[in-house]
Formats: sequence, C-alpha cells, structure tokens
Amino acid sequence: MTDALLQIEGLTKRFGGVLASDAITLAVPPGELHAVIGPNGAGKTTLIGQLSGELKPDAGTIRFDGRDITALPVHRRSALGLARTFQITSLFPDFTALDNVSLAVQAHRGHSFRFWSAARKDAYLREPARAALNRVGLEGRADVVVSRFSHGEQRQLEIALALATGPRLLLLDEPMAGIGPDESAHMVRTLQALKREVTILLIEHDMQAVFALADRITVLVYGRVIASGAPDAIRNNTEVRKAYLGSPQEKADETAVEQVAAEGAAGVRPGARQGVHDD
Amino acid sequence: MDSGVVLDLETNSVGSFPPLLRGEGWDEGQQQVRTSLLPLTPPLSPQERGEGADRACGGTCAMSHTFSPRNIVVAALLIMLALVPVYAALTGNFFVMTLFTRIVILALAATSLNLILGYGGMVSFGHAVYLGIGGYAVGILSFEGVASGFLQWPVAVLASALFALIIGALSLRTRGVYFIMITLAFSQMAYFVAVALDRYGGDDGQTIYRKSQFADLINLGNRTQFYYLCLTLLFGGIYLCWRIVNSRFGLVIQGARSNDRRMQAIGFPTYRYRLTCFVIAGMMGGLAGALLANHVGFISPAMLHWTRSGDLIVMVVLGGMGSVFGPLIGAVTLLVLEELLPPLIRFGALPFVAPEVAVRASEYWQIVLGPIFLLVVLFWRGGINGLLEGSRRD
Repeated sequence: MTDALLQIEGLTKRFGGVLASDAITLAVPPGELHAVIGPNGAGKTTLIGQLSGELKPDAGTIRFDGRDITALPVHRRSALGLARTFQITSLFPDFTALDNVSLAVQAHRGHSFRFWSAARKDAYLREPARAALNRVGLEGRADVVVSRFSHGEQRQLEIALALATGPRLLLLDEPMAGIGPDESAHMVRTLQALKREVTILLIEHDMQAVFALADRITVLVYGRVIASGAPDAIRNNTEVRKAYLGSPQEKADETAVEQVAAEGAAGVRPGARQGVHDD
Repeated sequence: MDSGVVLDLETNSVGSFPPLLRGEGWDEGQQQVRTSLLPLTPPLSPQERGEGADRACGGTCAMSHTFSPRNIVVAALLIMLALVPVYAALTGNFFVMTLFTRIVILALAATSLNLILGYGGMVSFGHAVYLGIGGYAVGILSFEGVASGFLQWPVAVLASALFALIIGALSLRTRGVYFIMITLAFSQMAYFVAVALDRYGGDDGQTIYRKSQFADLINLGNRTQFYYLCLTLLFGGIYLCWRIVNSRFGLVIQGARSNDRRMQAIGFPTYRYRLTCFVIAGMMGGLAGALLANHVGFISPAMLHWTRSGDLIVMVVLGGMGSVFGPLIGAVTLLVLEELLPPLIRFGALPFVAPEVAVRASEYWQIVLGPIFLLVVLFWRGGINGLLEGSRRD
C-alpha cells in the first residue's frame, strides 16, 4: 500500500523496561476513518505522541503522504497537514473560542512576525475560524472565554482547533473522554460529518462510537497490533474478545494473551464512557 | 493620548483576557459536566451576558467603558505626568522633577519587562541587566570620548539586543524555576563583569561628565527637555507594547504562555517567537538604561544588581501583569510610596511617641510597603490595574 496517507512501519518505543509500541505497522488510506482501540496501557496515546512528533520512536518509520516524517518536529508536521487533539483538553483557557481557533488558522496562513496590525480584526484569520466553529456547532459561543465553557464544549473546541489548521489527517485522542451521553451523540454527529472529508485516526474507549464510525479498526494490546480489519471482523475476532473479556478456559498459545486476560479481569470495560486515561 | 486610544485599549487587550477570571471558570465548567445533562447550552451568568454584549459591539459602542475607574485613573496619571515640569516650574520644587524622571525611566523598563513576564509568561529575574548594559554603553562611550547620542543610544540598544539573544537562546529552552534561575545567573555574571571593569570605576562606578549629545536637536542638560524626552519614549514604548500584544506576533506570545504544547501542535515553532519577544524587551530595557545613565550622570554595578531586577518585577506585578498600563501604574505607586511612606510614618507617629522615635520609625517604612505589596498580590491577581477593572465589572 504505497498510496496510503499514513504509513507506519515497525514503530517501536520503549519506556525503560516497558514496550509501549512493539513494532507497530499500520496503513491508513486517504478518506478512511481508522479507529485504534485497546485496553488501558495498550500504548494508544504513546502511538499518537509519536505520530504527532512529541515522542521520538526508538525504531521504525512514519510516512505521511509518501514522505518520511519520523524525525520532523511537531510544528513541521502540523504544516504538512497532520493535526491532533488531546485526550486531556488542551486549549487556551483565557482566550475566547474565536481567538483560540483564529490562532490555529494563523499558524497556517503566513508567518506571524507581524508586530503592528490588530490580528483580531483580520478577516483573513477570523472568517476561517468562524467556519471551523460552525463545523462543531459552537458558532453561538464564539466570543465567550473558553474557561467558562462546559467540558463538552471544550471537547468540541478541541476538534475545531485541529480542523482550523486545514488538516489532511486528524489524530483524535479519545474525543469522548469524560463527556456525557448527549454530548457523545453530538460528538459522533460531528465526526460523522467530517468523515470522508478528512482522513481520521481515532483513538477511543467508547465502543459504541467506534463501531458506529470506523471503516477499519486496529486493536492494540501491550503495544502490539493483535488484529486489524473491518468492524464486523473485529467484533467476531476471538483474540480481541479475549483481550477485552478475558477467557480463562481457553488454552492460550501466547504469553501475551494471558497477560491480556489479566488486564481484562482488572476491569477494562468496553463502552466505558468515563475518561479512562492512558499513562 | 486621546480618549479614543484608551477606549481601544479597553476593548482590545484587557477586555479579552480578564485576569480575574483566570482559573475560576475551570471549576465551573467541570461542575456543569456533573450536574447538567445539557451542558452544551449552559445558562449564561449575568457576568457572561454582560461580557458577550461588550465584545459584540467591539470598539465602536464601548462608551460606557470610557469612564471606567481604570481609564479615569490612567487618564489622570497621564495628565499628571505631562504636567510635572509645569508644577516644578511653578513651585520651584525640582526634586519632584528628578523623582518623576526616574519613575518614567523605570516605568519604561517595567513596560519592557511586562512584555515578556506579563504577556509571554517568561519570568525573567535579570531584567535590570539591560538597564546596566544600556547605562554602561553610554558611560563607557562617553568616557572614551564618544559623546554623540546618535552613536551611544543605538549601541546601548544593540548591545542589549545581543545580550538578550544570547541569554534568551539558552534560557528559553528551560521552564519555570530553571528559567528564573538562569536569567538570574546571567544577570549576576554581568554584574560581576561590571565590578571587574576597573577602567570604568569597578565597584565604585563612574561619573558621566558629559551627557549624550544630540547636536542641536535636544539638550539633555535641560531637565525639562530631558523629562519630556523620557515621557515621549515611555508613551511610545507603551503604544508599541499595545500594538505588539494585539498583533499576530503578540497573540502567538500569549498563546505560548497559555499553552505552549498546543501552540506547537497547531503548527507554531514557539521558541523563535518567544526569543524574538525576549530580544525586543531587552532592547527597550537597554534604551531605559541609556536614559537612566543620562539622568543620574553616573554608572555603577548597582544598576544591574539583582535587587533592581526584583524592583522591576514588583512594579509589574503591583501594577498589573499583562495589561499595557500596569507597569506604569506599578512604577508610579512603588516609587511614590518609597518617597511618601517615611514622612507619613513620621507624622503619623509624632502624636504618640517622642520625635526621635518617630524619625527612627520612619526608617522602617519597608515594613509598611511589604504588607501593601502582599495584599495586592494576594487579593487582586491583576494588580492595581485588575483592582480598578474589577470594580468596573461588578
């Protein structure tokens, strides 16, 4: 698959003795919504960290649109069209929503060594920012300071900020983390509308959302890809079921599966809605 | 400065980042998640509605804010500053001139510090180093026979820029306490270099016998002319600061203060913007140093002692971090209190104690100043500026 937008090959990351990414190989073709799921500590956030450039992998390559970006710093990847959101909301709390999104627009519309003219009056920045707010349904809250936003609104703004950079690939790190059912439904609608328009790599604990949205699903356990395929195939995959539900009576032919079962017993529930944070 | 500018400042810089609101909204947001099933449309608080209305009308219909307590105080302050020489001439009290020349110069230095500390979140504990570099540039050149201000002042500013570039390039790779300590360490290094400059007075410092010469353009020997030059440069500095913080560049700086990680994720190489800001602040500080050397006619290592850096931080925090007029308010408050407190204590104590004791008590004026500073920091996060703003908001 040379025409994949995102091509990960043999990506490996170690934290001391812990193998957080174990030779991950993954390809996301343009237009796909690809979900990555896995129990707690499976290395999902570590994967996002390496894709966005905050973490340097120990081995392996990341190719974006055919170009090797493994060594590029965070801001250069953003310039190429790779945008991420954060599992723990990461906004500019003392700015208004419109200011937040305008900043993201500004990063991609010319340099910012401009010291004189008022940036808040620049329609060249404000118009696309308003459009991004519209996409997530926050147009009515544009002039409110973000620290006054509800958690659900902040999660929506997370998406708007990433969208405003005009991305070709969105890396969404648990967009539903810590939000209620109504807001979850709102978020699913937002993502549904984004699908096809932009390629998405979605990391999520909310299984209902994942199976509703994903074209393909990759299951990560202890840093390793144990399965990858269409939602139905994943649903019926025995190894995945073991990973999530645990199956003590089955003869495990791999030690990893045993570990996974232990993890499953430790109380990782599919469809958990509360914010479950990876380390 | 006409009222239009004040009005614009109101809506553009301060209105959008209410310092008093920082922090508290977070908890509010979290609570809404727990208590309401429809947090997407939370009921607006009265404050919020008021704020939304403010912002919606932009700079055109903010008439109600023109006479806010803060703007009245700032306007009164600016008029008072402009009239200081008139007062001095009428009363013959030239001490007031000397005092306010110093206040205006240090306010310029504080304004430059505010750019990095208030807006950029870079707590530099070595900002007096630029006062020293600017001052020594003037003093050394003057001693070596170069009296032209056209040469001295650019050298002062460029030397400060170079020093800021070096300090910034190294220290901006660190954060928090480490950043504070590195800037402090560099300023102490510069301090000891100044002490070691035997040719230029070493520890004792050196008198500048000739002020900077600007041909027939302006005579710095004339106190009134010099005062108005300083005041013009201060107003220019404040105006520049205001333009910068509302420009693209300024938003990047403030974004990096607020959330540097996210800034990088949305595509900003924040380091180079922060470094540029650091250098701009250093240049303004160097200019203030050149003014200070001309004002006191003397250079000494004390100019760049770390306690001077502390004074500048106090001015910024007292007046209001991240507000364009905050450092000016802080500089005036601090330096006027320094002059007023001793006699106030003396007269206040006279009815109760023996005159000698009252005089002795007035020497401990800092015991009064300290708690005042403490109260401002504890209760009004936005300093005096925030206090004045807050009373408007209620």
